[in-house]
Amino acid sequence: MASHKESIIREPLVTGKDITYAKVTDDVLFPVENKPNKAWWIGFTVASLGACLWVFAVSWTFWYGIGSWGLNKTVGWAWDITGFVWWVGIGHAGTLISAVLLLFRQKWRNSINRSAEAMTIFAVICAATYVVSHMGRPWMALYCLPLPNQYGSLWVNFNSPLIWDVFAISTYFSVSLVFWYTGLLPDIATIRDRGTGWYRRIYSVLSFGWTGSVKTWQRFETVSLILAGISTPLVLSVHTIVSMDFATSLEPGWHTTIFPPYFVAGAIFSGFAMVQTLLLVTRKVLGLENYITMFHIESMNKIILVTGSVVGVAYITEFFIAYYSGGEYEQYTFLNRFIGPYWWAACMMYGCNVLMTQVMWFKKVRTNIAMSWVLSIIVNIGMWFERFVIIVTSLHRDYIPSSWAMFYPTWIDVSVFIGSIGVFFTLFLLFIRVLPAIAMAEVKLLLKEQSEHGKRKQIEEGHLDPSQVEFYKENLIKFDSVDVSEYENA
Amino acid sequence: MSSTKFILGLFDDPDEMMHGIDKLQKNSIPIYDVYTPMPIHGIEAKLGIKDSRLGYAAFMFGCVGGTTILSLVYYFLAHDWPMNIGGKPHFAVPDFIPVTFEWSVLFAAFGMTFTFFYATHLFPGRAPRVMDLRATNDRFVIAIDAKGNTPHEDITNLLKEAGAVEVKHNDRKYVSYE
Repeated sequence: MASHKESIIREPLVTGKDITYAKVTDDVLFPVENKPNKAWWIGFTVASLGACLWVFAVSWTFWYGIGSWGLNKTVGWAWDITGFVWWVGIGHAGTLISAVLLLFRQKWRNSINRSAEAMTIFAVICAATYVVSHMGRPWMALYCLPLPNQYGSLWVNFNSPLIWDVFAISTYFSVSLVFWYTGLLPDIATIRDRGTGWYRRIYSVLSFGWTGSVKTWQRFETVSLILAGISTPLVLSVHTIVSMDFATSLEPGWHTTIFPPYFVAGAIFSGFAMVQTLLLVTRKVLGLENYITMFHIESMNKIILVTGSVVGVAYITEFFIAYYSGGEYEQYTFLNRFIGPYWWAACMMYGCNVLMTQVMWFKKVRTNIAMSWVLSIIVNIGMWFERFVIIVTSLHRDYIPSSWAMFYPTWIDVSVFIGSIGVFFTLFLLFIRVLPAIAMAEVKLLLKEQSEHGKRKQIEEGHLDPSQVEFYKENLIKFDSVDVSEYENA
Repeated sequence: MSSTKFILGLFDDPDEMMHGIDKLQKNSIPIYDVYTPMPIHGIEAKLGIKDSRLGYAAFMFGCVGGTTILSLVYYFLAHDWPMNIGGKPHFAVPDFIPVTFEWSVLFAAFGMTFTFFYATHLFPGRAPRVMDLRATNDRFVIAIDAKGNTPHEDITNLLKEAGAVEVKHNDRKYVSYE
């Protein structure tokens, strides 16, 4: 464990002056063990109103059929699949943080993985509701599964990417849920052992009888590592398959081999933006500035910058290939993005996703909380428009000009979308109320070596290269949770 | 004869706890178990606990999952109701790789996790076998079965010397949850 000391030039992952194991527990469990504050109630009221709107709009859809949406014969997919792909993409960041960063031993993931994973689960729930509601007759959703039926049995077509998608999304959801819940067990046990009465009883059931013995931890770590190992290809496969829903068709604008990597990069991009949107607010409202530090914010911004640029390269490639292929339909589709009636959607897509995120090259921007938050919202908007452009702009002018049409959303379309955001935030706000938003056991691993407290001790003990200490102190300036003036005498 | 069943050494620092384990082992005092709020690497080696074999379980479950879905797809599309799709083969293997992969992952994840729960006796509603309530919070607890011949004071002193912040002589094995 502590047999070696981490280099002083690395930035601390946990800040706070006198941080102890007990303080981590107290800080993280404060929102769980106490009545929620006003900010939570305001957020929850707004979010649950949104969720009510969703219930209403989806019920309306089920009652009157998808004729209540703005779809027509030419544009058969619009806000529904846009919303679906948007939500699935958002979900990807959670798995990226909890699985891929675990494999790469990125310890900064420890304080953000729990909430990001919760986000994954809630986002996939929102995505799944879109899939079911866009079927028009949602009770027929059962026929997506290879179940014996009275038509033969007529089995599902395993050659179809839509069926692959059913398998991918359901596997992704259930594996993420298992990964998340297994990780929660030690932390639920902490709540249990601090509680009393019925409160303790509930968490006792939820904790599965966790004790934290040596063998349990050993197996727990094996399970976490293997789940991370298999979730990594899983998460890549999910958005690859989502992209194949489009790429295996003969639709200009969809029929491109770049779609899988392009969609996966876009998913990570939008997912990290949503993590940023949520965590910047959460750390403030729950007072978790010492755990979700400026280092975390900057790291996530760097990932947003990288994936945003990858997406930008994919956009350019698409245009180049459309030109280079010589296919008239392909060329027209891409030209139509700018000169057609949906030019404004394309401007939103390229502007928000590629141009706006380039400002993150500047450290001042990356370490500015307000700007990070605004940029994360811009990316969320841009990525919604990306899916809208891919789906609606490609569909609305197909091979036969006589069938060209426009898509106009109805108020039901809009309500289902706004409502799904309400559902997402309702679930997230309930989550931070009843379960620890930060993986306590994992953060406790960082206390000795990777915390500001531990590093300070190292400095006080001496034996360090003064130039390295100076470098470390300079890095601390950007942290909003550290008072640098205290280091003057150290 | 004292009624002490278990002696618990409570440490507030993992390194000192490791030191405590060494001290006890040097004095041939068997350690019953160690409870920590977070995974501490190196204890398994000291206590002689073998590596987890859950990886093998995961692999086997993954193989079962992949084989299951591929066999099912063969039955559905090549045996039970073969359909002529543009004259292409009924059993078009490349098309079935995505679902085979998904079920391999699904079975591996669920199989391994449930094996973990089964082997460790974790299930909803199980009464927690907790020896000290702070072991899930900020204490690193070494538990020693008090049945041995070593005088209890010696064990207490050893633990104190190693840096234990508190030593408990418990009459009951587990903290009651009733």
